[in-house]
Amino acid sequence: MNCIIIDDEATARAIIGHLCSSMDNLNVIVEFSNAMKAIKYLNHNTIDLIFLDIHMPDFTGFDFIETLKNPPKIILTTSDADFAIQAFEYNCIVDYLLKPIKLERFQKAINKLDGIEGLKADPIAIENQDPSSDNDLYVNINRKLIKIDISSIYIVEAKGDYIQIKTDEHNYMVHSTLRKIEDKLPISTFLKVHRSYIINANKIIDIQDNSVLIKKDVVPVSRSKRSELMQRLNLL
Amino acid sequence: MEQPNLSYIHSMSRGDKAFERKLIDIIKEELSKEKATYFDGINAKNYQISVNHVHKLKHKIGIFGLNQSYEIAVRFEDNLREGKTELQDEFESILQVMTNFLRNL
Repeated sequence: MNCIIIDDEATARAIIGHLCSSMDNLNVIVEFSNAMKAIKYLNHNTIDLIFLDIHMPDFTGFDFIETLKNPPKIILTTSDADFAIQAFEYNCIVDYLLKPIKLERFQKAINKLDGIEGLKADPIAIENQDPSSDNDLYVNINRKLIKIDISSIYIVEAKGDYIQIKTDEHNYMVHSTLRKIEDKLPISTFLKVHRSYIINANKIIDIQDNSVLIKKDVVPVSRSKRSELMQRLNLL
Repeated sequence: MEQPNLSYIHSMSRGDKAFERKLIDIIKEELSKEKATYFDGINAKNYQISVNHVHKLKHKIGIFGLNQSYEIAVRFEDNLREGKTELQDEFESILQVMTNFLRNL
């Protein structure tokens, strides 16, 4: 089984590489510290398995997966337990290993692969994925799952145990946290500008001092988030 | 304060001393760079940079079996993400303990 390792941390690559060498059926072809280089490699090479770090600068593991048309099997490696649920939304993800990865847990992940027929990604399964599913978010309100078009969301505000999702059409109060919804929204569009606010950067009307105007709402911007916000803008 | 140990490295190396040496050298080099970038972020109050490096340092804290320190690092990472620096002193003490430990390896 030919595999690659993608992780910006040399220590993690060394550990995963060593764990792979302890398995008879794993052959590490190449390691990448940078997801973009891995994408270029995968455009011209076929492999069976990727060990993929979730938390990388500029590009999360999930962003990386989204770029692959026909992803191979993937084992996620991370120091965060928070992404486990999101991870299993992807058919290609076989397992989710928490760092530091223990040998026994690593072996268990590889044994899962042995039980999967054909290690290449299943094109039928990929074709059957609803192409619109990435554009929608389902929220549970009064025991009903309500579909929200993600692009219509312009602000999400934390309100105690709830979040208020403001869209072009309606406002929704949902029993959830900003952290949870942040993981569901595309980072290319949405930005947490304050501990209580996530905004859709495409909907900004203007920015003044430490606030942004979105539609008729003025949203505060934390000092620590201001530079991140400014980097997102196409400044003249 | 709890002290680092090599139990994890020994358990996953399965007696491969060359690998243990190689891994410790990688950790030493990377820890030094990550600490420097973490402190640059803190000094510039650019906490996003520091958050990214607390995240990486957290892995190394786990490697050295510092379980309580790992929990502090998790909380500190969350705090920094919110622009708060509570637990900074505790976190930096952990870095110092690790640095001292690695100096003798």
